[in-house]
Amino acid sequence: MSGPLHKFDRPNSYIGRSVVRPDAKRLVEGQGNYVDDLQLPRMVHAAFVRSPYAHAKIISIDTSNAKSVTGVVAVFVGNDINSQVKPWTATLTHLKGMRSPPQLPLADAVARWQGEPIVMVVAQSRAIAEDACELVEIEFEPLEPVCNTEIAAQRGTPLIHPELDSNVAWEREVVAGDADTAMQGSDITTLERTFHFGRHTGVTLESRSVVTEFNKSDDTLVFHYSGQAPHMMQAVLSKHLQLPEENVRVVARDVGGSFGIKIHTYGDEIATAVAARLLCRPVKFIADRLESFSSDIHAREHRVHGKIAVNKNGEIVALTFDDVTGIGPYSMYPRTSAIECNQILNLTGAPYKIENYYAKGTVVFQNKNMMCQYRAVGHPVAMAVCDSLIEDVAHEINMDVVDIRRRNLIADDAYPVTSATGMKFNELSHHQSLDSLIAMMNYDQLRNDQKSDRAAGIYRGIGLVSMVEVTNPSPMFYGVGGAPIAAQDGASIRLDAAGALHVSCSVTEQGQGTNTILAQIAAEVFGVDIDRVKVTTGDTANVPYGGGTWASRGAGIGGESVLLAAKALKDQVLDVAASILQTSADSLDIDAGTVINIADGAERMDLGELGKIVYYRANELPPDIKPELIATRHYRVTDYPFVFTNSAMAAHVEVDVETGFVKVLDFWVVEDCGRVINPKLVDEQIRGGVVQGIGGALYEECLYDDDGQLLNATMADYLVPMAAEMPDIHILHVETPTTTSNLGAKGAGEAGTGGAPAAILNAVNDALRPLDTAIHQMPMTPERILKALYPDKL
Amino acid sequence: MKAPDFQYQCPRTLNDALVQLSSDDVECQPLAGGQSLMPMMNLRLAQPEMLLDLNNIAELSFIREAGSHIEIGAMVRYATLLESKLIHHHIPLFVQALPHIAHAAIRNRGTIGGSVALADPAAEMPALLKALDATIEVVSKSSTRTISADDFFLGTYETALRSDELVHSIKVPVAISEHRYGFYELARRHGDYALAGVAIGAHSVEPYTNLRIVFFSISDCAVRAVEAEDALNGKLSNDSTALGNALETLSKLNYYEDANASSATKNHLARVVMQRALSKLSTAVS
Amino acid sequence: MSQKTNIALSVNGEQVQASVPARLNLVDFLRDHLGLTGSHVGCEQGACGACTLSVDGVMVRGCLMLAVQADGANIITVEAFGESVTGEQLQQSFVEHNALQCGFCTPGMLASGIDYIESGGSTDRTHIRKHISGNYCRCTGYQSIVDAIASVVEGRNSLAVETKQTPGAEESGTSNKRAGE
Repeated sequence: MSGPLHKFDRPNSYIGRSVVRPDAKRLVEGQGNYVDDLQLPRMVHAAFVRSPYAHAKIISIDTSNAKSVTGVVAVFVGNDINSQVKPWTATLTHLKGMRSPPQLPLADAVARWQGEPIVMVVAQSRAIAEDACELVEIEFEPLEPVCNTEIAAQRGTPLIHPELDSNVAWEREVVAGDADTAMQGSDITTLERTFHFGRHTGVTLESRSVVTEFNKSDDTLVFHYSGQAPHMMQAVLSKHLQLPEENVRVVARDVGGSFGIKIHTYGDEIATAVAARLLCRPVKFIADRLESFSSDIHAREHRVHGKIAVNKNGEIVALTFDDVTGIGPYSMYPRTSAIECNQILNLTGAPYKIENYYAKGTVVFQNKNMMCQYRAVGHPVAMAVCDSLIEDVAHEINMDVVDIRRRNLIADDAYPVTSATGMKFNELSHHQSLDSLIAMMNYDQLRNDQKSDRAAGIYRGIGLVSMVEVTNPSPMFYGVGGAPIAAQDGASIRLDAAGALHVSCSVTEQGQGTNTILAQIAAEVFGVDIDRVKVTTGDTANVPYGGGTWASRGAGIGGESVLLAAKALKDQVLDVAASILQTSADSLDIDAGTVINIADGAERMDLGELGKIVYYRANELPPDIKPELIATRHYRVTDYPFVFTNSAMAAHVEVDVETGFVKVLDFWVVEDCGRVINPKLVDEQIRGGVVQGIGGALYEECLYDDDGQLLNATMADYLVPMAAEMPDIHILHVETPTTTSNLGAKGAGEAGTGGAPAAILNAVNDALRPLDTAIHQMPMTPERILKALYPDKL
Repeated sequence: MKAPDFQYQCPRTLNDALVQLSSDDVECQPLAGGQSLMPMMNLRLAQPEMLLDLNNIAELSFIREAGSHIEIGAMVRYATLLESKLIHHHIPLFVQALPHIAHAAIRNRGTIGGSVALADPAAEMPALLKALDATIEVVSKSSTRTISADDFFLGTYETALRSDELVHSIKVPVAISEHRYGFYELARRHGDYALAGVAIGAHSVEPYTNLRIVFFSISDCAVRAVEAEDALNGKLSNDSTALGNALETLSKLNYYEDANASSATKNHLARVVMQRALSKLSTAVS
Repeated sequence: MSQKTNIALSVNGEQVQASVPARLNLVDFLRDHLGLTGSHVGCEQGACGACTLSVDGVMVRGCLMLAVQADGANIITVEAFGESVTGEQLQQSFVEHNALQCGFCTPGMLASGIDYIESGGSTDRTHIRKHISGNYCRCTGYQSIVDAIASVVEGRNSLAVETKQTPGAEESGTSNKRAGE
């Protein structure tokens, strides 16, 4: 970076400083406010009877025994709840041809996945509700389940929705240039691979949780939930419970992990709202872990067949692939379940110059739990497919995996660039990031060590990935397609009588430190100490209208709205100060809570004094001064559909070739997320993301049998990464602030999860290469690696 | 999920517990450390009519030396075993293996007797006791029996324990200086149940004598590889032919399959863990 | 209806009496009956570790113990971890190292960390990682938690060195000791 020092780069700026999170102290002392902590008068508890079958007709339901249990308040079957709800349909108009049948909270005639809620029991305690659930008798007629994505679309396969002519939900083709022709030629090397990505899920430590209050007198609903998008949820509840939007308040206090899991419309949560309305008393629903595994959205079940062609210089001349993904029996509302496939079609190969490109995506229905957007939507698949093909083909033509990237990555000075898939990229730093990565990891030394290790029978591998991450989405992501999802966010900041700032913002906090960085921005831009800034998020009654926190948009969009509001408020405050001090506003500034002269830095007036004059002794002000000590600003990205970030990552692993166990020895990340507001918080986003990515690469998978039964729906059986197996993760930054905003911040929440699987996959295959085998299936479990090593025996 | 309702008794003496257990009025489920039973109840997979809590029976919590044996009361917790000097001096196999069993907070509650009575095929303890040639003292209101570990574990969650009996204690022969022990398991994550594991005891190496090679997490219960023992007993540790023969016999074991490993994979891993455990048979007494 | 049992116990230094159904587990009792919502319920099968708390000086899973079994016990939950020197130091270190994001695992992580430090654990990162590997965190990737624990141990080690060099000075106040030590 050259040019003059930016204001935010000055030594005492709050921007770029690892400020400690003010809310962390509360959380370490057990003073959090999670949904399940809420106790309300007359509150009752919900539990659900869920389908034990992946696909079955519901012949009859007998709830008489359940109703007779002491402490049971109500037992609701499908029509009791569904009749109160306007069905929802999860399609978006910009995903052309997409279809998905209408959905209601409870399965009525047919259950379409194991875990689908059928009967709701409400009782004095969760334990009693569960007792009663055991006494509900349902007669089923099992139907043939459709689970395998490869055959779901084939003719002759049973239809999950007979009203549709096939099990296909959506298809899309992307064509650029002429890949077929480009792949011909004597100096072209082509390479094909088939990749399998297992289903996994978010496993938020706090499960999905809802407490709903309904006040009959004024027809208002309060929905306390553990989620990421209060205003979206308000719109959904309003529309489908048919309440005026202003009568629905959605509150998200502390959220115990989210990762995209808690941004969807779940039948059991809607049923909880309906029950509160029917019973006129608060109803609590806390998903237990079994319910979480079988009903929280899953992600990533993809089969991708990919082909790459390079010339003898290692330049990519064409990339083609087709992706088939299964999304469960319906598309998830309101974001739809086609987005992950769409992201893969858009992002595969995005860091590279590729002119000839062909991609086809097929999204099918199946009788498994629903899939939808989970952290790094589509990225892990897109990056793993492309960068695995690149590393494999590099070896094919005897080229180093770093060299082949350098030949193909888009030049740092080439932007703006539009990719073969139509994505617009700007201000990326692939080469600088890769150079920085290579230096940090001591690449050449590692390669030398690798040779000597191999001679000693130790199989270590090095794998890289260069990636882009979608952040700061514009309305082109969802709003354009008709979803009630705001792409803009708003912030209000007011100066109180004591000179403190109160910020309220429509993005949300799920532990990333959103509230902290909003306070940093407000404190810096306005000019107060950060401990004089209080932040409110997560309450539709108390924050401006906006989208919430997802798709790595909290800092870039919410942060910019705070910046704009702080600037506006500062101007307003200085107008008042100028009037009181009988000077011009442009001769004044605010620093550390005091109005000062710009010229000599002299302190003119404490903000507390200004506040007291305005609020208590306004008689001292000239009558033409009408002070506004509150400012609200909104921000949306206008120049680009998305503001992309980039990063380069590397993994160093050791494969035990006798057991198939993989040990991750080291992991490095160079991230360019634009302006870094709080380095510590950004690094922690990346680290947590990398570990989730390692989980997807090595451990995590929702295992289903052929009948659509989820086999490992417990935390003992679904393997999330734990501390002992994880490496320390080394992080460096390249800072290329985006010029789409004053703040210059892009997102950082998903890079680790999006890139780590590709790096791990490449590292494992690098370790296996001398043994002439490879694996292209995630997670790379010991058994799968052993099967690759000993195909004749296992 | 919440546990289903049950009746609860918490006797202070072993005798009271045994009287309750022998009652025909109500079906009693003894509760030891609860680190396996409570999860089963919280998943509503176990629905006992009455829970007989053994945690207040002080007379079941002891570790003592009795001649050539160490006696361990059924209610001794894993954490206590790990902290015990007697265990450290006399049962080196425990010292090797216990840190691999679950996690500290679980070991603080889980008991040796509970693990023995449960007979989880993936658990380490039944295999350790078989490898150590331990015996299990069981008691009922009217009788006391001593059952060898070899005869005690019958199948998945199946033991020789009658419904009116409790595990009273475990008798483990003390290690002497010639004894050697090995332990190796392959767990995806530290503290997880293993994909395959083995515990080995030998009265000596060079040559091997009285080998006991016991696998866990591969079959329906802790399983002794008797043919492998036979192939190795009397042979030196560098006898690769004997080792090869021993490894071959492992294909005859009954492997179960689960979502993470086929029986062929289990067989393959059994060979690996046995070789690795043999190669590090350690000194018995420090 | 379920059989109820009277229990009397000490919770965070306060004497508590209650009548509880047998099936009520300890963490639900603390949360729902006493309003101590700091301990969290993440899986109810002992796998996640979020409910880990101290019973008679020993860290246990609150979901794998019945409330009736806590009769006569001395319970310390996250709300009172700060009253021990180790607990306070570790809480502070967690804040400084940002060893938490969503905070849901934090009570259990702190419990395991306190246990590690008080049982004489070293700054060896592998040892720390193993000791907390029964506690699940989805947010941090664990590194900052390891940093936070290691930093407290390091601080104590340097304090111990200083103490050696200064005759007469004694390290004070470690509560939360393991029973029987």
